[in-house]
Amino acid sequence: MKTYQQVLEELLQTFRTLVPQATEIDEDTELVGSLGLDSMKVMNLLQEVEDHFDVSIPLNVLPDVRTVGDLAQKIHKQLQD
Amino acid sequence: MTLLDKFRPLQEARDQLKALGADPFNVVVEKILSPTEAIVNGRQVILAGTNNYLGLTFHPECIEAAVRALREEGCGTTGSRMANGNYVDHQALEREFAEFYGLPYSVVFSAGYLANLALLSTLPGADDVILIDADCHASIYDGCKMSAAEVIRFRHNDVADLDKRLRRLKDRARCTLVVVEGIYSMFGDRAPLREIVEVKDRYGAFLMVDEAHSLGVLGEQGRGLVEAEGVTERADFIVGTFSKSLGAIGGYCVSSHQALDTLRYAARPYIFTASSSPAQIASTRVALRLLRDGRELRRRLWDNAERFYNGLKALGCTLGPQLSPVVPVILSEDRADSLAVWKELLERGVYVNLVMPPATPDHRCLLRCSMSAAHTPAQIDRLLDTFAQVFAAHGLSA
Repeated sequence: MKTYQQVLEELLQTFRTLVPQATEIDEDTELVGSLGLDSMKVMNLLQEVEDHFDVSIPLNVLPDVRTVGDLAQKIHKQLQD
Repeated sequence: MTLLDKFRPLQEARDQLKALGADPFNVVVEKILSPTEAIVNGRQVILAGTNNYLGLTFHPECIEAAVRALREEGCGTTGSRMANGNYVDHQALEREFAEFYGLPYSVVFSAGYLANLALLSTLPGADDVILIDADCHASIYDGCKMSAAEVIRFRHNDVADLDKRLRRLKDRARCTLVVVEGIYSMFGDRAPLREIVEVKDRYGAFLMVDEAHSLGVLGEQGRGLVEAEGVTERADFIVGTFSKSLGAIGGYCVSSHQALDTLRYAARPYIFTASSSPAQIASTRVALRLLRDGRELRRRLWDNAERFYNGLKALGCTLGPQLSPVVPVILSEDRADSLAVWKELLERGVYVNLVMPPATPDHRCLLRCSMSAAHTPAQIDRLLDTFAQVFAAHGLSA
């Protein structure tokens, strides 16, 4: 079972690969604001992230996801469930 | 911050549109002349941005039935069916929908939007899952918001992605409602329904198909994609609207599951709204018969769609992925440019819908055009001539 820290590291690496402007990304980086992504691009990016971790993140939890760390927590919880 | 401050960005966007001298989201139809013509801004235009696929809005038999119901039963029902009583014609229409599909259970709703809200807010509960195609209509997303269920999207028309997400759900797949549409409202493409049915059956999931844009359009008898793909009995819940091919307002759901009939005692969008007016029900009953017997109307609709689609293709337009009565002309990401194209088309007598992100499936604006069985070949040729002139003027032609 992956730890939260492992999930976070993999998530950061995935973002660095998929988002060219994500070179200085960290746990507190905001997905929409800091990465310059609109909500539609975030949704598309999310699909890639879901495939990487082989999880499905419900739309219901997205209002609570603001930063990369928030997303890592949701993925970590999905993996635990 | 006050209660009203949140509207400021929207008001600013509205003001910008006004400053550009065009408002695609508030077009006033000064007089409707026929299923395909109207007066807009004092000018006669060809309507190529409706959902009047079979052109039944002015059918004399529909109008006659509505007028008779209006005179005999009044303007409205003044309340809900549960609290204020069922009109026999509402029940008759439910029987007719059930017979039309060859399925035992049917419920009619006061709008197609309400049909989706009712099904999605009531069928899946707190421990259940709704798996929706990413390009589903806003009414499906809104129904999901009203539901206590977990909501997951799968990639548009991607059966492998659906399969993968059902696999991830393990035992919960059996408590999952998969939701797709017959024809998608923006790109006009169809769901790969046979493959989707195979996958949902393999996992024991349930399937809801929204035939809003495919009722009357697909299938030998016009039942939609479920008929065209031969899976009517395997789609658990089939929903649709009266407001497109049937030319009225209302919604329906048919099913082989008795739960649909029970749902009317639990679905708030069914219980807490007034039932459709007698005139709406009466015209819909006639329109449903015309739709079922409407092979000739469907032939004309598809001939028109093909003529228009191929004509636009020859002009070098970027179109949707497959031939359909919904014909999207895909433009750029530039809203001002797209607005200018739309405005000039309207000024030259062509009404289509301008759709901008986030209402479009991707980042580009599109002109959503739609064909009707009531369009004449001469009207379509005029539409194509106007597109050619406007696109040439804006440097968009091939």
